[in-house]
Amino acid sequence: MTAFETVIGFEIHTELLTRSKVWCGCSTQFGQPPNTQVCPICLGLPGSLPVLNRRALELALRACVALNCRIAPVIQFERKNYYYPDLPKNYQISQLRKNLGEAGWLEFQVGDETRRVRINNVHLEEDAGKNIHPETPGADYSLVDLNRAGTPLLEIVTEPDLRSAAEAAAFMNAMKSLLEYLEVSDCNMHEGRLRFELNISQRRAGEERLGTKVEVKNLNSMKTVLRCIDAEEDRQRDLLESGESVIQETRLWDEPSGRTRAMRSKEVAHDYRYFPDPDLVEIHVDEAWVGRVRAELPELPDARRRRFVEQYGLTDYSAGVLTARKPVAEYFESALRSHANPVGIGNWVINEVLRWLGEDPDRELADYPVAAHDLAVLVRMIDEATISGKIAKEVYKAMMAGEGAPEAIVKAHGLVQITDTSEIEPIVARVVAENPDTVAKIRAGKDKAIMALVGQVMKETRGKANPQTVNELIRSRIDEMV
Amino acid sequence: MSDFTRDEIHRLALLARLEFTDEQADAFAQQLTQILHYVETLNGLDTTGVEPTSHALALHSVMRDDEPRPSLSNAEALANAPEQEAGCFRVPPIIQEL
Repeated sequence: MTAFETVIGFEIHTELLTRSKVWCGCSTQFGQPPNTQVCPICLGLPGSLPVLNRRALELALRACVALNCRIAPVIQFERKNYYYPDLPKNYQISQLRKNLGEAGWLEFQVGDETRRVRINNVHLEEDAGKNIHPETPGADYSLVDLNRAGTPLLEIVTEPDLRSAAEAAAFMNAMKSLLEYLEVSDCNMHEGRLRFELNISQRRAGEERLGTKVEVKNLNSMKTVLRCIDAEEDRQRDLLESGESVIQETRLWDEPSGRTRAMRSKEVAHDYRYFPDPDLVEIHVDEAWVGRVRAELPELPDARRRRFVEQYGLTDYSAGVLTARKPVAEYFESALRSHANPVGIGNWVINEVLRWLGEDPDRELADYPVAAHDLAVLVRMIDEATISGKIAKEVYKAMMAGEGAPEAIVKAHGLVQITDTSEIEPIVARVVAENPDTVAKIRAGKDKAIMALVGQVMKETRGKANPQTVNELIRSRIDEMV
Repeated sequence: MSDFTRDEIHRLALLARLEFTDEQADAFAQQLTQILHYVETLNGLDTTGVEPTSHALALHSVMRDDEPRPSLSNAEALANAPEQEAGCFRVPPIIQEL
């Protein structure tokens, strides 16, 4: 068995958050009836002329700056020619020779290690429309909706600097997080507004030269990308070990079989014949503009982490975890507005919210069942000793099950902590009387034995007593007996 | 500049989704070769120190603000479609993936 090393790079596409399309004034609003956000320009009708949306370029520029790219002083758009029904002009306006950004990098954490992926280039292009395949059995046609055609699309191309699925996962999360923080895209992967395309190859350990790479399309979630890396790793290693070679090609992810498959040769018979689009003039990206974009960058993860440490007294670790994803950081700060206990709320967010998110890499915080305000109220009820930490876990479960606000749940289930010791004392007296052996152990100095008694009292109060109080009551009861 | 061959014409035709007979391809090969040779005359110019450009306009950095404007109605958008269904352009079946 030869040891192989997997080499991975990505092409990332993300739709930019503009109000109108990149070459025309049609709205980019999602989810409208088909072909109602189209005009002669994005329909590719003869004689129509595109004009660049300044905001689209500015957002692209923001991404280039944050990805540490060299910014081209002069950019140009080119036509990438191919035929497909979702591409009404029969070419996509993209960039090739004068990309907006080049030679950048993104740093991210894999465990305790800081890794860096080089960015080959970042450029601005346009999205295609949507093909709909009717589900009617035997339907021998397709439908085309061009609402999305002409939506500004940012493409980020990395160098092949990743070496494993774990690194790829950390990279994808960091890239998504950065794009979210930059507010250039809403990064919704379910609806295809952020897409990762994979380049993957194998080389024998210690070898410098890269192996033959395969490009995989049709990966619509992070989980799928990770499954695909495993499947492709196996397929390519099997080929190489049996003395065959990997063919350089574009493959498609096939979800049902959990494997990639080759595209038929006709599907890839492309020759894009790029050439400068004569309908669009050169754009000068002057230094003043770049400087302004740099100065106006939103607060990025690193800066927010430092602020969380300073402002909220969190540990560097907690602050790092809470700021890794913008929606999580915002959830946390929003909860703080309802109850100012950063450490307490931080712990709940780290232990519960992030665990929930981590159960499925494609989960979005927007779908989390517990509102930030409700989580804050739950923590406040613990802080005010209305409920014990243990009961809080029960209340949280009910909140996750959609039973409503924490106060209502506590009330409905009668979970308010018993603070009146006269309610607990009789139970303590009985438990102590029923367990003379344990009491003898405690008297003999085996302090830990008391926990058995605390447990029994807690059980009898259905967890509503405060364990600390119970502990104290048992001790004084035993002392009284002397 | 080399001459166009029949095979190159067939390949270009495929990329443009056109279909030619061999006779047509031969005729186009000859005509396109002539056109290319004519354009080649430009190579006789000394362009030292002249920045390459992709158009003849003395304009640059033309951009518009990000303001949505009214689109066509669905009926207008589909007015030229040979076939339509459910507000969409109806086209021959597409192999699911590309």
